Amino acid sequence: MRQLAQRHGWSAGLLVLLLLLLALTKFIQPSFGAVGLENLTRAALPFAFATAAMAVVVIVGGIDLSVASMMAACSVTVAVLMETLGGIPAILITLGVGATMGAVNGGLVVLTRVPDIVVTLAMLYVWEGTALLILNSPGGSMVGWMQSSIAGSFIIDGFPKALILTTICVAVLWVPIKRSKLGLSIYATGSDENAAFRSGVATGRTRVTAYALGGVFAAMGGISLAMLTGIGEPVAGPYLMASVAAVVLGGVVLGGGRGGLLGPIIAVFILRIVRTILTLAAVDPNVTTIVEGTIMVGVVMMGALLTMRGRKAT
Amino acid sequence: MTTTSLENTKPPARVRLGRFLGDYPVVPLILLLLIMVGVLETMRPGIVSTFWLQNTIKFSIPLAMLAACQMLTMLTGGIDLSAAIVATVAAFVVATVTPQYGATAGVLIALGAAALVGLVNGIGVGVARVHPLIMTLGTGLIATGCLQVYQRFVISSGSDIPNFLEWLGTGRTSFLPNGLYLFVPFALIILLGLKYTGFGRLLYAVGSNEHATKLSGVRSWQVFIALYLLTAVIAGITGLLYVGMIRVPSLSLANPLLLPSVAAAVIGGTSIFGGRGSYSGTIVGALILTVLGTLLTLLQMPEGARRILFGLIILAVTTLYVRFTTNR
Repeated sequence: MRQLAQRHGWSAGLLVLLLLLLALTKFIQPSFGAVGLENLTRAALPFAFATAAMAVVVIVGGIDLSVASMMAACSVTVAVLMETLGGIPAILITLGVGATMGAVNGGLVVLTRVPDIVVTLAMLYVWEGTALLILNSPGGSMVGWMQSSIAGSFIIDGFPKALILTTICVAVLWVPIKRSKLGLSIYATGSDENAAFRSGVATGRTRVTAYALGGVFAAMGGISLAMLTGIGEPVAGPYLMASVAAVVLGGVVLGGGRGGLLGPIIAVFILRIVRTILTLAAVDPNVTTIVEGTIMVGVVMMGALLTMRGRKAT
Repeated sequence: MTTTSLENTKPPARVRLGRFLGDYPVVPLILLLLIMVGVLETMRPGIVSTFWLQNTIKFSIPLAMLAACQMLTMLTGGIDLSAAIVATVAAFVVATVTPQYGATAGVLIALGAAALVGLVNGIGVGVARVHPLIMTLGTGLIATGCLQVYQRFVISSGSDIPNFLEWLGTGRTSFLPNGLYLFVPFALIILLGLKYTGFGRLLYAVGSNEHATKLSGVRSWQVFIALYLLTAVIAGITGLLYVGMIRVPSLSLANPLLLPSVAAAVIGGTSIFGGRGSYSGTIVGALILTVLGTLLTLLQMPEGARRILFGLIILAVTTLYVRFTTNR
């Protein structure tokens, strides 16, 4: 029991914070209900996937600065393919493309031995260029059922489809992997690559796989982006910085080996709902950016101080 | 890692070359720069002129100065993602304060705002021990927000750029840009400061092994606060120069320079893990990126292909560099 609390303490704290914020929203705007919740989760969709992508890579001990560019490349890919192939094949191909792009990132990190941050910085330009080559200006199209699949609620009111979609997509991919040998290797490589290597983990392969997994999440993000707008957009959105912020807020430690995907995704919703609250409270929308930055820095500082104290106590 | 033999034999040529390159990282970079200029000249004969040289130097200066922020923080194993935003803030503040209170006040307030961000960064990294990437990302976000709020208060007062900044940014003496009057002393201070002052050596020491420096009696939090204050002021000065060059203040003026500044420092042989790097390499790195930009513009290619090439070349240069120098 104590172990469980320790392991999920951070996520539980975030969840409590999220519920408090939801209650606060309801208090400020009594009419905030199913529709508001649904808009919130729909807008959070690309952020959630970008954060999942970043989180996997950070857990394995790297960082992927090209997440937003990969999302842009995937959103144009799916929008272009959709016109000729129809829904399902286009999505499957795009997920494959995302996995390939992630694997290329990871492969280059392992092969060149250049630090992750530098390789993915260079790849940021490459994927951005690829997106522009596929589609020079926003275009393409999405089939109707995809756009309606994230709108509205599922069965009962207040249970938004977008939230269910996020949960299913992330859980289906991540939970089995985390429980398997691969998941153990990912955490082992992230916490100490040398030790993992000497205990017989194929660290190189593990890192490539983790990057590829991140690529798949980025592809989901790209697809959700296209679903939201109905077209493919070749210029990357503000997802890079936002995903780093959410990952850190979600309790994943830069440097790797600790944290999961649940915390970061709750963090995404916290950051989005703060935005909603400030809008509802008629605060200057520009102040929102300040608040987001302050939350991020403040929470991380608090976390650092708490761990310091915990270390002293034991 | 290749294994190094313990026998007392002469190391193979590749290793010796690697040692040479590790000791003098600027040499291959200058060679690369010359090769690129050569390619440029063969592609479009006659393009390499004094006018071209002037423009290349002019646009390399702000990049090289921002890259100094990255290089200095990387020496201690950090990074400064707020540098470009600090530059933008300084540029915007000086342009909006000048019409009301004069140029001197404008410059002072702009640099004060920059230093404030630096101080927060320094406290976060040095005292609260937050990862520099997160800390500077957060302060960058906060600074962007503050700038947007500030802009709404001054939107009616109009903007004006002090004359001496325009002179510095756009003027030229014979065929060299005036920006060099600022940059040459700046570069000398950084180059000599890193080599001959205690603070410069402390940066290398903290980056190489923080625990060892702590045991030798260094209070590293003081080093971090001083370092991030310094880089923020450098970024602020860069912003002043840049607004004199572009002459139109905007809310995202210097932001596109952020990633190239990191790339320039990395191409220049700075190790992102700390302890290794030089400013001479970084300057050449900034020049290489500027020339590369011209080269890619000249190629008759779609914009997408140009960006792909840009990314691949950065990757190739750093890979070769790491390959040769980690054999030691």
